[in-house]
Amino acid sequence: MRYVMFVATDPEGDPYSAEDDRIEDWGKEVGERGVWVDGNRLRPVEDATTVRVRNGELLVTDGPFTESKEWIAGYDVLECADLDEAIEVASKHPMARFGRLELRPVWPFD
Amino acid sequence: MTGDWAVAEDCVQDAFASALVAWRSDGVPDRPAAWLYTVARNKARDRLRRIIVEREKLRDIADLAVQVDEFPEIDETTLPDEQLRLLFTCCHPALALPNRVALTLRAVAGLTTGEIASAFFVQESTMARRLVRARQKITNAGIPYRIPTADLLPERLEGVLAVLYLLFNQGYSDASRTDLADAAIRMTRNVVRFAPSTDEARCLLSLMLLQSSRRAARRDKDGQQLTLENQDRSRWDRQSIDEALKLLAPLTPVNKRGFYRIQAEIAACHARAPSPGATDWRQIVHLYDVLVTMSPSPVVAVSRAIAVGMATGPEAALAILEDLDADPRLSTSHLLPAARADMLVRAGRHVEAATAFGFAAQRATSDLDRQQLLREAAAAMRHSVTAKLALPETDTSTRKKDDDDPRTR
Repeated sequence: MRYVMFVATDPEGDPYSAEDDRIEDWGKEVGERGVWVDGNRLRPVEDATTVRVRNGELLVTDGPFTESKEWIAGYDVLECADLDEAIEVASKHPMARFGRLELRPVWPFD
Repeated sequence: MTGDWAVAEDCVQDAFASALVAWRSDGVPDRPAAWLYTVARNKARDRLRRIIVEREKLRDIADLAVQVDEFPEIDETTLPDEQLRLLFTCCHPALALPNRVALTLRAVAGLTTGEIASAFFVQESTMARRLVRARQKITNAGIPYRIPTADLLPERLEGVLAVLYLLFNQGYSDASRTDLADAAIRMTRNVVRFAPSTDEARCLLSLMLLQSSRRAARRDKDGQQLTLENQDRSRWDRQSIDEALKLLAPLTPVNKRGFYRIQAEIAACHARAPSPGATDWRQIVHLYDVLVTMSPSPVVAVSRAIAVGMATGPEAALAILEDLDADPRLSTSHLLPAARADMLVRAGRHVEAATAFGFAAQRATSDLDRQQLLREAAAAMRHSVTAKLALPETDTSTRKKDDDDPRTR
């Protein structure tokens, strides 16, 4: 099963500590497991651009499409045996503590 | 067996459906479990063959799964491992709690969608949608169909027990749904068989057995709930009690008491007492003291106050109940004034008791509770008149309700 894991901030998470943000350990873990397909950080919402076409007219606006206290800070694409493996992998990500992770199964066109 | 939840659920149900037809004409085979397993496996093979061709269609088939009403009668002795797999899958934490309960009832206990809908007071179509959504999530999100690995087991077992406990309470509090309580007991028994060394599973089974042992005694002819004090203890089911006490017997380290164990031990105190007067209320208070630290629910606090009242006298309970008055979580419930009224009766303060019963009746949400509270208000009023005329000794008769009601626990 392929999942996209959204890495999001969360005002109710533990306070961020660079020292405890051991993302390299996580990278090593997912590498060894062979579940990591792709992933990156995302630039902050200030750098987002929203695009719509309404009545044939292109509307381009500065900022994200929703204003909220949480935003998506990154993503990973994981290839896991099942949801339990994806949960385990997600639970070890440092942002599980500082923020929150959302696992979305990929829905392929077939 | 198949590794695919939707298929396995269907196949097991198909096997039962076949069994009902075959056994009706040919009689029950020597080894019904093995027979069912073989049938289910064959069905699974057929199904899987079809899936390869028609994966999408399968979801529709799963949603229209055969309705086998007689399922509960035979599931006890059959395919216990398959039942566990279903149970763990249905109780997966990635599903919302109400969906876990509904799915468990449908897929594991074999209730029909209509039966589940009526147990939860929703339209059948609403429940059907909920079940379809839950099944889709299992398939789409990749929730595995298996008994969890050892490292996940303690946490997942906790979730399974929570669903079974909820299920049991639903069946226990509603006299017309004892089938739910029975289903919960059967499934919990299977969990204990699977994980006999898990204290909390044993304790939950013990608690269920102790509570249901009073089933025949807890209502009078008119369906009114009887208090523990007023129940005919000879009608308690001794066999269930013995089994329940045996489940508790091997547990020793006092410091490892969990939520279900404490409650089972409280229920055991009542079960062991040959008469209401012989109840070890001090031990019950001690157990409530532990339970309060574990589950800071106001209902537990009210129950504890009542136990204190029974152990040391109503005035002590009234003082605790007064402190609880400030808890906003109790501000709309009838539990607090009802408990207060009960203790006022025991203290011989009948006029105040009548007022408190009346107040509780106003807050009661069910007609049955309201009527019972109003009757008690009237009884307390009559007592106050008699008391004024004759100044008799304090009446300590029994107004306490059965153990669902905090006037009891």
